[in-house]
Amino acid sequence: MAPPRTTVPPIQEVSDAQPTALPRPSGMLLPFDPILFLAVIGLCIGSLVTIADATADDIAGQPHYYVTRQAIFFGVGMLLALILSRVDYSRLRELKYFVYGLLIASIVAVQLLGSVARGSRRAIDTPFFSFQASELGKVLLVVALSAFIVDRSRRLQARDTTARIMLLTLIPAAMVIVQPDLGSGMVYIVIGLATLFVAGTGWRHFASLFALGAIALALTLVVAPKMGVTVLHTYQKERLTAFLKPSENPADQGYQQNQSRIAIGSGEKTGRGPNATQTKLNFLPEHHTDFIFAVVGERWGFVGAAFVLSMYALLIWRGLRILTVSKNLFGAIVAGGIVAMLMFQVFVNVGMNVGIMPITGIPLPLFSYGGSSVLTTFLAVGLLQSIYAQGRAAASLKGRVLAL
Amino acid sequence: MSAFDGGGAGRVPPITPQLALRVAVLGVIAFALFGIVFFRLWYLQVLSGDQYLRQARDNRVRELSIQAPRGAVLDRNGEPLVENRVATVVKLDPERLPVSERDAAATWGQQVTSRTRRPKGKKGPQIRIPDPTTPRLVLRFKRLGRALNMSPRTIQERVVRSLTLVPYASVTVKTDVPATVRNYLLERSAQYPGVDVQKVYLRRYPNRDLGAQLEGTVGEISPSELKLPRFRGVHQGTVVGKEGIERAYDRYLRGVDGAQRITVDALGRPKGTPQERDPVPGRALRTSLDLDLQRTGEAVLDRTIATGPGTAGAFVALDPRNGEVLAMGSNPSYDPAVLSRPITQKRLEQLFGPDAGSPRFNRAIGGLYPTGSTFKPITAFAALSQGIITPSTPINDPGCIEIGAAKQSFCNAGKEVNGTLSLPRAIQVSSDVFFYTLGRDLNPLDGQPLQRMAHRLGLGETIGIDLPGEGPGLVPDRRWRDNVGERERRCRERRHIPLTALVGCGISDMRPWTVGDNVNLAVGQGDLQASPLQMAVAYGAIENGGRVVRPHLGVAVEDQNGRELQKIDPGTARRVRMDPGARAAIMQGLHAATTGDGTSADVFKGWNQKSFPVYGKTGTAERAGHGDQSWYVCFVPNQSRPIVLAVTVEDGGFGAEAAAPIARVMLAQWFGQKKTFIAGKSHTR
Repeated sequence: MAPPRTTVPPIQEVSDAQPTALPRPSGMLLPFDPILFLAVIGLCIGSLVTIADATADDIAGQPHYYVTRQAIFFGVGMLLALILSRVDYSRLRELKYFVYGLLIASIVAVQLLGSVARGSRRAIDTPFFSFQASELGKVLLVVALSAFIVDRSRRLQARDTTARIMLLTLIPAAMVIVQPDLGSGMVYIVIGLATLFVAGTGWRHFASLFALGAIALALTLVVAPKMGVTVLHTYQKERLTAFLKPSENPADQGYQQNQSRIAIGSGEKTGRGPNATQTKLNFLPEHHTDFIFAVVGERWGFVGAAFVLSMYALLIWRGLRILTVSKNLFGAIVAGGIVAMLMFQVFVNVGMNVGIMPITGIPLPLFSYGGSSVLTTFLAVGLLQSIYAQGRAAASLKGRVLAL
Repeated sequence: MSAFDGGGAGRVPPITPQLALRVAVLGVIAFALFGIVFFRLWYLQVLSGDQYLRQARDNRVRELSIQAPRGAVLDRNGEPLVENRVATVVKLDPERLPVSERDAAATWGQQVTSRTRRPKGKKGPQIRIPDPTTPRLVLRFKRLGRALNMSPRTIQERVVRSLTLVPYASVTVKTDVPATVRNYLLERSAQYPGVDVQKVYLRRYPNRDLGAQLEGTVGEISPSELKLPRFRGVHQGTVVGKEGIERAYDRYLRGVDGAQRITVDALGRPKGTPQERDPVPGRALRTSLDLDLQRTGEAVLDRTIATGPGTAGAFVALDPRNGEVLAMGSNPSYDPAVLSRPITQKRLEQLFGPDAGSPRFNRAIGGLYPTGSTFKPITAFAALSQGIITPSTPINDPGCIEIGAAKQSFCNAGKEVNGTLSLPRAIQVSSDVFFYTLGRDLNPLDGQPLQRMAHRLGLGETIGIDLPGEGPGLVPDRRWRDNVGERERRCRERRHIPLTALVGCGISDMRPWTVGDNVNLAVGQGDLQASPLQMAVAYGAIENGGRVVRPHLGVAVEDQNGRELQKIDPGTARRVRMDPGARAAIMQGLHAATTGDGTSADVFKGWNQKSFPVYGKTGTAERAGHGDQSWYVCFVPNQSRPIVLAVTVEDGGFGAEAAAPIARVMLAQWFGQKKTFIAGKSHTR
C-alpha cells in the first residue's frame, strides 16, 4: 500500500536492523490504560483486605504483620511499574543476552546461596524479604525469549527456530524443577510455548511439541521409576495425584485440597463473614499464600470469588488488547507471554483451590502474599503499560509507516 | 509478520489475519478456562454449599476415645486370675512437648538399641537418659514434680522411655494419684499444659504371683504391632495383651473402645454436651486352671527350692481326657503388678534378668531338658512294638554293660546290680542296663523306631498349646547328627578354623551317629530335650490308651454375666496305636514303682493306692553345666478326676528327692487327701 504523498519526513527503509527509539511527539503525555490500572488496583485492595482478615491471628501480638508487608510490596511494585511504563520497552531487546544471563545467574545463585525451606532451595533470605529467583525469572524469560524469537522472525517456520527457543526455555525450566519447584518450571514451559504461538510458529510444530511432551511425561512418571531413576520426588507425585483422592488425614497430600474445597464450598452465596473459621483455625495451611483464594471463597462466598475472578478476566482481556495494539512484533510477543503467564498461574492456583487441579506451588498473582511474586507481576504490568503506551503513541503519529 | 500500517490519528492499526487468529485462539482458551472455574465455583458454593458448610462446622469436633474394660480371666470355678481395676493416672500429651525433646528420646532409643546389640563384655557404659531439652520444659517438669511429689528427673526418664517405645502415645507419668492431686491438676490445667488426669482400667492380679507366666502382660499397642493382621481395626492407644494368655486370647479379651465427640471452640476448649458411643467391654475367658491345685503346686515347689535342693523348676498338670491344663507353674515367679506401673530399666534387669533366674520365662512349656528315666516307658513302647522284647522277656542287669565296638561301659547309678528282670520290674526299679540293652537293639533297625515313637507321642516339636513361648525340644537321630555336623563343618570353613581343632564354632563335634547315642536316648540322656508339658502329654497318652491330646488353658469365652458364648476345644492331635498287652505291662511297672521297693515307693508311703492308684516314674537327668535335674511324671486314672502330672526341679538331685514329693503333695490336694511331703531316698537315674 503506497503512503499518501504529503510533506513528510523521508521514509525509513525496511530492514532487519535493530530499531532505534522513535522520537516522542512533543507535548503529548504518554497514553496509559486506565482499565488495566483499575483491575490491578482492585486486586491489590482485595489482597490486602483478605490477608488482613485471614492472618489476623497468625502471629500473636502482630495482627498486621503480613498486611503491612504486602502493602509495602505493593507500593514498591507500583513504583517499579510506573517507571517501567514510561520507558520504551524496545530497549530491552538490545539487552537480551544480559537478561537471559541474569535469569540463569539468579537461579544458580539461589541454588548456591539459598536457604532450604521445607525441603526445597528456592529463595535467598534477606532480612526484609526472601528473594525467589524463579519468580523474577518468569518476566526475564518472557523478555529474553521474545527478543530471541523476533531476531528469527523470518525463519519462524523452520524447525530450527522452534527447537532453539524450546531449548532456551527448557534450560532454566529444568534448573528450577530441580530446586525442586515443579510449579515454576511449568510456568516457564508455558511461557516458551506462548511466545512461540504468538510469534506465529506453525500448528504442526505445536503438534510435535505436544507429542514430545507427552512422551517426556510418560517417561518421568512411568519408565524412569521402573528403572530406578527418580525424576519426580514421591511427594511431588503424590501432590499431583492427590486432587483425585481427597483425604481427611492431615498427613496425606489430599488433606489440603479437601480442606480448601470445604472452605470454599462453605462460603455459599455470600460467604460466612466473620464465621469463616475454616481458613483461620489452622485447618488449612498456607492460607495467605497458595490457598488465599479459599479464604476469599469462604469469607465472601460466590460473590467475592466471582469478583476476584472478574478482576483477573479484566486483566487478561486488557492484556490481549494490548497485544493487538503493540507497535512492533517484540511488544506483541512480550504481551502474549505475559498474558499466558498470568492466565496459567491464575487458572492453576484457583483450580487447585477448588479441587480440579493438582497441588503445585504456584501463587495467585497480585493476591498471594509474597514479595517476589508481587514485584514480578508489577514488572509484567509495567511492561504491558509500556507496550500500550508505545503502541498508542506510535499509532497517533500522523502518517508514519512503522517498520519492524 | 508484515508491517503495521500507520493510519490516521487515534485509530488502532489493523493487524495481520494470522496474528488476529492467534489472539482469538488465546481469547477463546482464556474464556473457556474462566468458564470452567466459574462453573466449578457455582457447583461448590451454590449447589453443594450446605454440605460443605456442615463439614466445615464438623472440623471443630474432637473425638476422645473411651477405654473399654478388658475381659477378666477366670479359673475353672469362676475365681478371677486377672481382673480390672480403675486407677487415676496422670498422662502427658507428647504433642505438647517440644520437638527437640521427642528427637532426643528417639536418639537415646537408637543408642540403647545399638548398645544391646554389642557383644557381651564390650557393651560400654550405660547410656544416660538426656536432660530435658529446653529450659521451659525443665520448669514444667519441676512444677509437675512438685504437684505429684516426684522428682523432675524421674518424670524426664518416664517421658523419654515412653517416647522411645511408642512416640505418639500419651506418657503415663504417675499411676494411682489421690483425688486431691487430681482435682488440683484439673483446676489449674492452664499451668500444666499437656497434662491430663484420666481414669483408666488397669489389670489387677488378686492372687499376686500365682500363675504369673500364664497370665502374661498388657501394654499399649506398638507401631510394629499395628501393622499385624491380628490387630486389624485396632486404633493406636489401645491396650493389648503382650504375653501369655493376655496375648493368646487378646481378640476376645480386648473390647472395643467407645468414643466421645465434643465440639471445641477455636482454642480447643470443649463447648456444649458431648455425644457418646458406648465402649463394648471385652469378653471374659474361663480357663481350665484349678486355682487350689495351682496354689498348692506353686507353694510346695517354692518351698522345696527355697529349703532344699534346686534352683528353679516347673510343673504341668493335665486332664488326660481332653488336654485341659489343671495347673501349670514355673519357678522363680514374679508379681505381675510390678509391670503394670512405670519401672526403670535397672529395676527391670534386677527383678527379671538372668541373675534373678529370668522369672518371666515359662519353664513349664519353654524349659527344655534331658528327661532322665522318665523317658523309659517310651523306649519300652518302641521295643515292644518292634518285637525286640515281650512283656516277659528277661534281661540280665549286672550293673554295667559294654556296648559298641569300643566296648564303652554303660552302668546303673552307683553300678547297682539288679539281676535278671523283665519289663515291669525294670521300670519299677528303673534299671538303666535293661534299657541300654533296648537302646542298643533298637539302633540297627530301619527308620529309627525309638525316635519315631518319641515323635508320635509328642516330643521333638511344639504341640500347639494356647500360650506363646512353647519350645519344640529335640529328639536326636541320625539325620539330626549329620545336619549339625554339616553346619559345624561349614561354619569352621567360613571362619577358617581347622577341622581337627578341638574348639570350633561350638555347634557340634562333627562325629557321626553311633549306637551310644541311641543307648543314651533310651534312658533319656544325651542330646534329648523335652519340656514338662511334652512329658505330661506323652504320659497322658499312656493313661488314656493312645490319644495324644492338645493341651489348652482356655475352656470357654463368656460375657460379663458368666454366660458362655463360645466353647474352646482343640481336640486330639493324633492317636498312637498301643498294643493293650504292652500298655498293661508298662502300667504295671509304673504302678509298681510307687509301691513295694519301687523308686518312688517311700515318697508315697501312706498314700491311698486303692482309691487313687498312682502310676509314676522318677527321673534324674544329667545336664551339662548344671547339677542333676530331678523329674517325676505320673498319672492317676480316676473316673471323675483323672490327672497327669509332670514335675521337674533344676539342680534338684535325684527324682525321688525333689520332684516326686512335690507330685505327691499336689495329688493329695487334687484328691482331697492329707498333704505329706516325703523326700525319697532312691538313688537311681
